[in-house]
Amino acid sequence: MKILVTVKRVPDPETIIKIGADGTNITTDNVKWVINPFDEIAIEEALRIKEKVAGTEVVLVSIGQKTAQEQLRTGLAMGADRAILVLSDQVLEPLAVARVVQKLVETEKPDLLVMGKQAIDDDSNCVGQMLAELLGWPQATFASKVELGGDQKSAKVTREVDGGLETIGVPLPAVVTADLRLNEPRYASLPGIMKARKKELKEIPVTDLGIDVAPRVKILKLETPPKRTGGRKVGSVQDLVKVLHDEAKVI
Amino acid sequence: MGNVLVVAEHLHGKFPKTTLVSLAAGKQAAGFTGGKCIAAVLGQGIDALANELAEYGVDIVAVDGTPFAHYLADAYTAALADIAKQKDVEVVVAAATALGKDLLPRLAARLGAGMASDVTAIKDAKTFQRLMYAGNAIATVEIAGSPRVVSVRTTAFDAATKDSKKGSVEKVAAAAGDAKMQFVEFAETKSDRPVLTEASIVCSGGRGLKNGENFTTYLEPLCDALGAAMGASRAAVDAGFVPNDLQVGQTGKVVAPQLYIAVGISGAIQHLAGMKDSKVIVAINKDEEAPIFQIADYGLVADLFKAVPELTEEVKKLKSA
Repeated sequence: MKILVTVKRVPDPETIIKIGADGTNITTDNVKWVINPFDEIAIEEALRIKEKVAGTEVVLVSIGQKTAQEQLRTGLAMGADRAILVLSDQVLEPLAVARVVQKLVETEKPDLLVMGKQAIDDDSNCVGQMLAELLGWPQATFASKVELGGDQKSAKVTREVDGGLETIGVPLPAVVTADLRLNEPRYASLPGIMKARKKELKEIPVTDLGIDVAPRVKILKLETPPKRTGGRKVGSVQDLVKVLHDEAKVI
Repeated sequence: MGNVLVVAEHLHGKFPKTTLVSLAAGKQAAGFTGGKCIAAVLGQGIDALANELAEYGVDIVAVDGTPFAHYLADAYTAALADIAKQKDVEVVVAAATALGKDLLPRLAARLGAGMASDVTAIKDAKTFQRLMYAGNAIATVEIAGSPRVVSVRTTAFDAATKDSKKGSVEKVAAAAGDAKMQFVEFAETKSDRPVLTEASIVCSGGRGLKNGENFTTYLEPLCDALGAAMGASRAAVDAGFVPNDLQVGQTGKVVAPQLYIAVGISGAIQHLAGMKDSKVIVAINKDEEAPIFQIADYGLVADLFKAVPELTEEVKKLKSA
């Protein structure tokens, strides 16, 4: 089978974000860039299926500037087979991203799309669901377990929902978005890194796809939220209970 | 003058607080569009629910039928898209719960609508505020075109209250379309404790608790003494100590209780994103350099395995006094 996995280049989650002079973007100086953590989980899931189902091909897709090659190479080093980078200088909003991937799906014809549930930069949590709708495919978001049917024509997916775990059944092709506990992603091995250099990484300018990527959502401004300042240390559990009761009046 | 459509989530024949929050946000949005606030209730055997929600002064569109017995994104999207078109809807609103997060982007794509997730403020009919970068940037965004779709952060709005003027209830037949998804089962986490997103006190544990058993041995008695909900940091979920639906943070639940007690949590950016709007924050950690102390109102530098049982006893004493 063929699995398409989306990969986004994002600032390292531990990075302290600073808002740029234009007030609508962040400054990217001194930012360390990584694969969106949920996308790493998505890659790992695709690789685990590849290890179980002979003949499976794992294709990575990213959208962004040439610099995103770095994250795609990392994914290839983890074990993916090839990668496609759609070049766009403009940051695309979720619906536009979904349209780009939809276009690639038309030519690649994957049986399964595995994506991260959310990118940790814009925190939208939208693309997988939008893409499923555009394709007319079922969606299984926030997945913590994916079991493929024996014929690889369907999947049973356990989802992390409010108040428990929900299991749904979907026929393939389908979109699955990965939640935290789906798996623990592997590190790229040294031989993996060597091999990745020779794997195909195709670049396509977004303009070549002939789709509408015009934004519907415009960021008017970005602001730093008011900073919460710490209070004080208390010396003992008794002191803590006393201040919570007498001063804060919360217990 | 377009209308606002609120998707009203329900479970076990009840509306959780998060639904009432989305209703309040919907009413606010309708104030800007100049239209009506309508709520859609989908399910099977939902007459009583639809009537109950009408008491909040909104008109109800009820879709009753077997394909809607369990929430499934494709069937719900098909039905709601039809309702949005029939009812001249300009803004679609739902709470940013697991259901809202799953459903709204699909619906937005169906409607070709611009969408903003996890909105914290409605500025006017087109302009919304939302958080990005784990809560480290507030973005003011303008959505072009109509309809527009927004999921709202459940801690950012007050819950709607009942209105003296009851809304109407209209039953509509809606098609689930070419729905492919199938419900198999829901393994519900049974708990007598308050729901995490509704509790006025939350006690969360982090990696400092070392294992899942210690959540049971140390944190649960404290939660029970305080009548608190139990939460956890991503690190604790990652390590497999507790289920993911307890996760508080950027990629988990956002809470803003009266009192938040962080036990053995260092205070990673992504955790703070889920709890820093709490009224009072207490941190208990043995590392006095832990970043959590920079935002905690009250910090206790202590070994949690000694401090937490002591705190539980003190709270019990206080309550029985």
